Amino acid sequence: MHSSSTLRTLQQRITQMQPLRLDDHTLPTAPGLQALFPGGALRKGASYSIQGSQQLALSTLTAASASGAWCGIIGYPTLGAEAAATLGIALERCILIPDVGTDGFGVCSALSEVLTILLMCPTTSPRQSDVGRISARLREHGAALIVTKDWPHTESTLRVIGSRWHGLEKGHGILEDQEITVRAQDRRGTTTHTVRYARGALVDMNIAPLHRLVSQ
Amino acid sequence: MTVAPDTAPNTAPNTAERTLVFWVPDWPVQAFFRDQQSSEVIPSEIADSAIALVTQHRVVACSAAARAEGVRTGLREREAQSRCPNLAVHPHDPQVDERRFAPIAAALERLIPGIELRRPGLCAMRSRGPARYYGSEEQAATALLSLATDLGLPDARVGIADGLFTAEQVVRAAPGSFMVSSPSAGIRILSPGTSAAFLSPLPVARAANGSLATLLVGLGIRTLGAMAALPEDAVQQRFGAAGVAVHRRASAAHPANSDRAQPRQPTRELGVEIAFEPPIDTTEQLGFACASVAKQFISALTAERLVCTALRIELTDDIGVHHEREWLHPRYFSAADTVGRVRWQASALARTSERGGAGVTQLRITPTHTDRAATHEPGLWSTEPDARVHHHLSRVQSRLGHTGVGTLELVGGRLLTERQRFIPWNTARVPDTSARASAAGPWPGALVAPTPSQVFPRPLPAELIDASGQTICIDTEDLLTSSPARLCVKHGAIDAPVVHWSTPWVIRERWWQSTASRARVQVQLEGGDAWLLFLEGEQWFAEGHYD
Repeated sequence: MHSSSTLRTLQQRITQMQPLRLDDHTLPTAPGLQALFPGGALRKGASYSIQGSQQLALSTLTAASASGAWCGIIGYPTLGAEAAATLGIALERCILIPDVGTDGFGVCSALSEVLTILLMCPTTSPRQSDVGRISARLREHGAALIVTKDWPHTESTLRVIGSRWHGLEKGHGILEDQEITVRAQDRRGTTTHTVRYARGALVDMNIAPLHRLVSQ
Repeated sequence: MTVAPDTAPNTAPNTAERTLVFWVPDWPVQAFFRDQQSSEVIPSEIADSAIALVTQHRVVACSAAARAEGVRTGLREREAQSRCPNLAVHPHDPQVDERRFAPIAAALERLIPGIELRRPGLCAMRSRGPARYYGSEEQAATALLSLATDLGLPDARVGIADGLFTAEQVVRAAPGSFMVSSPSAGIRILSPGTSAAFLSPLPVARAANGSLATLLVGLGIRTLGAMAALPEDAVQQRFGAAGVAVHRRASAAHPANSDRAQPRQPTRELGVEIAFEPPIDTTEQLGFACASVAKQFISALTAERLVCTALRIELTDDIGVHHEREWLHPRYFSAADTVGRVRWQASALARTSERGGAGVTQLRITPTHTDRAATHEPGLWSTEPDARVHHHLSRVQSRLGHTGVGTLELVGGRLLTERQRFIPWNTARVPDTSARASAAGPWPGALVAPTPSQVFPRPLPAELIDASGQTICIDTEDLLTSSPARLCVKHGAIDAPVVHWSTPWVIRERWWQSTASRARVQVQLEGGDAWLLFLEGEQWFAEGHYD
């Protein structure tokens, strides 16, 4: 195949000619979540533990996915596609592995070579060797890992300690906005933050909330 | 405007090739009889019974007996029945015509290679080769007719003339027609260079299609000779390309290429087959065994400059059970992809059925959709997924199975599980453009944002009870019978008091299939947990969890 080899050479040349950027060590992070992480962003090669809310775990993928990265969700057979799409995850670049069977950590370490951000919902606790292998691969390929269970040596551990809904009343109304309180445990110590969602989308806390004069 | 046939100003040198046309009169009727009897037809029976085949209440074909009574092609069914009261009317099936003619065409092809199938019952071929081989055109025609008699078609006819159109007209000519020599009953030969003179008295409808023929007759141009007498540029100005085509046919002045028989290409078998003895029962073994066949399959396609975008894999057990499945590919199949599909299919087969057999004895791979290779060349800036991602995911998929890895897609529907679809990696998305496929379309009763982050593929049974412990239902006005006090979801291990709840909204869909109506409710539990429930009959189900 002469033409395809020519093509490959051309593609390589294009890649070489594209400007190199100074390597930054952070991944795109949604504005509403920046306060939760030390340094204000998800770090490449780090792992995070988020417990108590799948919605919050999914929210960490949004900014990276929107910026064109591939993300993966492992061991989450009940994923709501619409909720993920509302948060801003590009579904065509979001790889779902609903059921990994016994070798979840092996699959995770294999995928961390190509996917930028991984969300894993393990059913068993990891062995020390699994953790070592996965974190080595994450560092090597600059990916980030979000785990919904306890995970050793995390960059930060987030636990949801409270959740409040607006819009629903006794016998009328509909679920609209959610406010969750998160306790973050990292090198800054233990801090408490609030994350707000309006109709399923993440709200930037720096922007003043919109007050509706007329209820919908 | 009338022009005498012999004064037609056609002096152009006739360059059309000598063409031989083989015609079976009333082929649809004969095919119908053959299909009815599934045996050799008795010719006298066709001649005896008056029969007509109809489509949309119009006669498509009729037997000789019916024609003698006045039945014609194109007549309305009622009219035909009134002309011939004992007419037997049957629906016309074009597939029968084609199916029954295929063996005849194959037999003709064995005698004279390179035939063109004009339609079932009519085929054309160049006459130069057969004429030289058999000695003369007449002897070639005699050889064809003797073959036709052997095939049970005694009234088949052969016509030989310059060019395809003229040959098709000559074969329909009556025995004693003007200028046509008829050495024996079924043969019509028009000598070279006399096409224009032969064609000129024929009605113009022979060369033009329905509306144009009506128009020409209305303008007084009733014969092909009258048409040929008109100057071509005037015809071009008034009737455009269709008119010019008719004019050229009428004046038998065809460009060399357009009016010759186009022999059909012999079809090449692209499917591959392999038999295993002893039977193979493990997926890995099957994968290894079919690797060379898959390579051969793909290289045969490549040699034809084709790529395969869909294929069918058929696996046969030693107890004769047949498993087949069609696989689509988002791009096109390589040999490794083909082996992968065989393995997936074999592994699915072992899991789903209680098989008494010892394993697979036969494998057959058939391409069901092919495309020209030129349209699948990779572009410089490709829109395909990154090659590295594709490679790794394919590897993970070969470990976990076909449905182990994939992406989600939003589709139309009301319930949450209907609104999302899992698409395995390496599987082509069949674009569904119907209104029901659009997730954004109007879906009354569908949930508005926020949607739950957990959607249960199979809704979990739940209990919603009031303060007195009674299960809550929906009354005739689509309202809850009492205020919910407690929610208990069995598999979610949730048993907590309800704080807030919404008005139920009822989804009634597919009532014609007697699908039960469902009433949806959002509830918020103590501690800020929220659930989406629906009631079907008397039973509550948890559809989603705002986790």
